[in-house]
Amino acid sequence: MSPHLILRVVSKLLIPMIVVFGFYVQFHGDFGPGGGFQAGVIIAVAVILYALIFGMEEARRAVPPAVVRYGAALGVLIYASVGVATLFMNGAGEPLNFLDYDALHPDQGQHTGQHYGILLVELGVLTTVASVMLAIFYAFAGRVPDIPDEEW
Amino acid sequence: MDHTDLTQYLDYVLIAMLLAVGFAIVRLRNLFAVVMLTGVYSLLSAAWFVSLDAVDVAFTEAAVGAGISTVLMLGAMLLTARESEPAGAKRHWAALAVVVAAGAALFFAIPDMPVYGDPNSPANSYVGMDYMSSTPNEIAVPNVVTAVLASYRGYDTFGETVVIFTAALGVMLLLGFGTGRREDDDDAAAGKAAKAAKTEDKA
Repeated sequence: MSPHLILRVVSKLLIPMIVVFGFYVQFHGDFGPGGGFQAGVIIAVAVILYALIFGMEEARRAVPPAVVRYGAALGVLIYASVGVATLFMNGAGEPLNFLDYDALHPDQGQHTGQHYGILLVELGVLTTVASVMLAIFYAFAGRVPDIPDEEW
Repeated sequence: MDHTDLTQYLDYVLIAMLLAVGFAIVRLRNLFAVVMLTGVYSLLSAAWFVSLDAVDVAFTEAAVGAGISTVLMLGAMLLTARESEPAGAKRHWAALAVVVAAGAALFFAIPDMPVYGDPNSPANSYVGMDYMSSTPNEIAVPNVVTAVLASYRGYDTFGETVVIFTAALGVMLLLGFGTGRREDDDDAAAGKAAKAAKTEDKA
C-alpha cells in the first residue's frame, strides 16, 4: 500500500482540472489574462505533479521524453510557419510582412485573421513552453532515483 | 478616495510581507525552507501585481515564480545538500557600504517617478496610449496585453519562444535528455554486449 494515499487520490482529482484550466487560460487569452506562456507552464505543472506523486517512471510513460524533445522544437516551428504562411497568403496585394496575421483571412473588417494568427502563435508558445519546462524537469529530476520517503 | 486609500494600505502590507520574507530567506540555512520561501515571495509579488491591476504579469509570476521555479529548485536541491554552509561571522563593511549607497540612490530617485496611474507618465503617453487606442480597430481583441504580445510585438514573442527553446537545448545538452538514469544505460549497454558475445559464440 502506498504511504501517500491521500496525496494520490487528491492529485488524481486535481490533475485533470489543472490541465483543463491550462487550456482555458490558453484559449481565453484573447479575452482575459493569460496566454500560451502561462498555459504552457500550467500544463507542465500538471505533469510534474503527476511525476512527484506517482514517480518519474510513470510520468515518463505518460509523457515520454522523446515527445517533450520534439514538442520543444515543434512549438518554435509552428510560430515560425505562421509567420512564413503570412508571407504567401496575402491576396490583397499589399506588401508582404512576416507575422502579419491579417493576411490569414480575407475578412479584413472583423480582423478574423488576427484572431487566427494570435491563436496559432499562442499554440506554438504553449507547445514550446510546456515541453521546455518538462524537459528541464526531466533533466534535473531524472538524475536522482525516486524521492525517498523520509524526504516527504 | 476611501477606496484608493484602502488599496494603498493593502500595498503597504504586501510590501512589508515581502520584506519580512526576504530577510527570512537571507537568515535561514535550511535550503528546503529557503526554496519554499522563495515560492512564497513570488506568490506575494503576484498578489501585489494584482493589486496594481497588472493581472497578466501577476498570472505569469504566480505560475512561473511560485509554481515551476520552486519545483525546479526542489529538484536541484535533491542533488545537493539540505543545509547551506554557515556564513562567516566576519562583517563585510565594503559590501554594506555598496548596498547602503545603492539603496540611498534608489530612495533619491523616488520623487522622479511618475505617480501611480498617471496618464501623462512616459510609459502611458507614447506608444502605450497608441496601442490602447488602436487595438479595438486593428486587432479587435479585448485583451490589449495579448494584442501587444502576440500581434504588435509578434517578432519579440517569437524571439522569446526561441530563447526558451534554447534554454531547454542547453539544459538537455549539459544534463542529458532525461531518458533514464545512467545506470540503466550502462545496464542496457552491458546487455547488448552480452547478446553480441552470445551471437559471436553461436557463430
